[in-house]
Amino acid sequence: MDLTLKIWRQKNASSKGKFVTYKVNDISPNSSFLEMMDILNESLVVKGEDPVAFDHDCREGICGACSLYINGRPHGPDAAITTCQLHMRRFKDGDTIVIEPWRARPFPVLRDLIVDRTSFDKIIQAGGYISVNTGGIPDANAIPIPKINADLSMDAASCIGCGACVAACKNASAMLFVSAKVSQFALLPQGKVEAAERVQAMVAEMDRLGFGNCTNTGACEAECPKEISITNIARMNREFLCSKIGAPKVKIGAGGF
Amino acid sequence: MALKYSSITKKVIMALAGLFLISFLIVHLSINLLILKNDNREAFNLAAHFMVTNPLIQTFQWVLFGGFILHILIGILLQIQNWLARPKRYKVEGYSHTSFFSKFMIHTGIVILALLALHLVNFFFKAKFGEIPSVMINGEHYEDMGILVIEKFRSLPFVLIYVFWLIFLGFHLDHAFHSALQSLGLNHSKYTPVAFGLSRVLAILIAGGFILIPVLVYIS
Ligand code: HEM
Ligand code: SF4
Ligand code: FES
Repeated sequence: MDLTLKIWRQKNASSKGKFVTYKVNDISPNSSFLEMMDILNESLVVKGEDPVAFDHDCREGICGACSLYINGRPHGPDAAITTCQLHMRRFKDGDTIVIEPWRARPFPVLRDLIVDRTSFDKIIQAGGYISVNTGGIPDANAIPIPKINADLSMDAASCIGCGACVAACKNASAMLFVSAKVSQFALLPQGKVEAAERVQAMVAEMDRLGFGNCTNTGACEAECPKEISITNIARMNREFLCSKIGAPKVKIGAGGF
Repeated sequence: MALKYSSITKKVIMALAGLFLISFLIVHLSINLLILKNDNREAFNLAAHFMVTNPLIQTFQWVLFGGFILHILIGILLQIQNWLARPKRYKVEGYSHTSFFSKFMIHTGIVILALLALHLVNFFFKAKFGEIPSVMINGEHYEDMGILVIEKFRSLPFVLIYVFWLIFLGFHLDHAFHSALQSLGLNHSKYTPVAFGLSRVLAILIAGGFILIPVLVYIS
């Protein structure tokens, strides 16, 4: 396949950046999208130019590093996959492909297509954990947990922190990511103990970092490679409201959280 | 002060105000439809009289103003924050699968707001402070609000502006009811699909019902 690529090039965090057009020829439809990028980069290196910088690590859909915004969609045209799971057979010979970095104020571009997603780590540091040592492995049924809750919690925990939800949202909102992290704990007895403090601390950090608000458009859910559902957002709103109305006043940052 | 509220609290206030506005629209529409009754506007005028004199309704009118103002101010504030969250836009965007009208809430909202001014000047302020011809119903004098409405809707441009306005209200309402429930944390595997359907039904019935009035008055 012969393709035209329009790729965002930016030297460093403070430079302006622009789109540069490249041609790649004889790409196998069976190669992956990232292999196509590798072929482009090899040709650039041979020509003595800087290769296009992009994030990647596992290349099997589990680390969430491969953050490319392809033809107007995070991770390209297929549903429920990361960029490294995208194959060139999804495109047609002669296609023009526009490749951009995630765009959000809390995700500044570091270089070319790489963005800084430290903001997500900061949200986790604000409360996405259990603050006691959980000790050894307990007997399987020592704490009864309804199957449905175990399943929902596991679904929420499958979020890989890729940031596609933020990239897809017209408001650059991180509600899907934060709600998945809040839900995976809130659904289990061990996580319930600190649920009120957790949801308030994580939402406060999300707002402080400058992510947008949720308009319930559903773009995040449609683009999430792990199919995290927006029912998690409703659960987070519920947890948040109950913690504000029902629980004692929470002092964020007063210790623990 | 609203700046200090969390994003979720702001959305909860919007949702509560929005739901209240929907309930107001339903009451407003039920009264308006009375004007289509072939009784010399009697039922409509009696209902209008009740609305401007009943003390409970008069108190609720202030709640309604408050709700409108909160909904509009927080809506604009949220939108500004949302724009600021993405200072650099994409070259190609908008291909993700989303509910269509949800992307245009601020735009449909602003159309509603702009023409609301016209609506208030033409009917609400007239009813409150203007001179209105009176009619006799059951031997008593009542203000003839009905004739005011009918006279206005004799003009084609006026009818067209109203229809345009109400279509945008319909667009806004399409992403209103179910979105408000989601903001309040009310999501359920059984009932959420029903709420989606109900949202669309409400949008069509409310906007359609209101549109019926200027159109039928103009035709007759
Ligand atoms: C009678 C008229 C109106 C009704 C019944 C109504 C109802 C609603 C409802 C129920 C929502 C969903 C709230 C949620 O998602 O939690 C909403 C959202 C919204 N409304 Fe209205 N609204 C009306 C007028 C307006 C006006 C005049 C504006 C002017 C700016 C406006 C701006 C917005 C915006 C921006 C949103 C989306 C907020 C967001 O999620 O980011 N609305 N409306
Ligand atoms: S919720 Fe989905 S899209 Fe968002 S960070 Fe987690 S895995 Fe990625
Ligand atoms: S490189 Fe790890 S998910 Fe794509």
